[in-house]
Amino acid sequence: MVAIRPAQATDLKAISALDLRLTGSDKPAYWREMLAPERHFLVAETGKGALAGFIAGEVRAWEFGQPAAGWVFAIQVDPRTRLRGVGSALFDALAARFKEQGVTRVRTLVDRKDHLILSFFRAQGMTAGPSLQLDKELP
Amino acid sequence: MKLQTATRLGLYATLELARDPARTLSSADLAERFGVSTHSLAKVLGTLSAAGLVQGGRGAAGGYRFIGNRRRITLMDIVALFEPAPGNRAKEPGEDTEIGTALQRVLTEIDEIAEATLRSVSLETMLKHPM
Repeated sequence: MVAIRPAQATDLKAISALDLRLTGSDKPAYWREMLAPERHFLVAETGKGALAGFIAGEVRAWEFGQPAAGWVFAIQVDPRTRLRGVGSALFDALAARFKEQGVTRVRTLVDRKDHLILSFFRAQGMTAGPSLQLDKELP
Repeated sequence: MKLQTATRLGLYATLELARDPARTLSSADLAERFGVSTHSLAKVLGTLSAAGLVQGGRGAAGGYRFIGNRRRITLMDIVALFEPAPGNRAKEPGEDTEIGTALQRVLTEIDEIAEATLRSVSLETMLKHPM
């Protein structure tokens, strides 16, 4: 089983490394910003103290005209510890923090070609939200 | 989104059987539950059986049970057994015109979203969170 706790500056190296390994993009400054006090940045740790995964999110009001909701910005689980409920434990821990802040909805954006992460959020009971994301390449 | 009758029956039958994999239901039981003919359901069960999702059969009285993996099988897996694959569609007249191409882009966008949605919902998710 894993333990969930708030991320600290000392976790950033392992977080960046896990993210780089899974996404191929290195963005240490982005992860450092997730430590901001208004954000929730949580890590899952194995019994041996290794990083099993992390989740980041924040309560935001009136983003794109929508009333306050908890936004999940990122979630990653080490493939070696997948299928053991690490992702669900991280999601539940973040959702509990959102509820403590008084919001009743959780929201995220997903690459529609990424079936793995889409299925994960579906399995948490999430369905299509009220917004449609639009996009255009600038000339 | 419009699904063919066979597709809807395939989804109904798979989900009903997957609800309790230990339970056996005949095509007559399932047909009665969904208010359709035993014949149309027997055909659908034949397709599901050939795909390795259900097992059983032998006439109207023979029972079927679910033998797939609820966590791995998605709604898209069932839909794909009955609906033509999006890329396999015959070209419609006018598709090569400028307007036809522009319209096709919109229709493809809708298909991609529909497919992503169907692919993201496993049978397990569907049965755990009836929406």
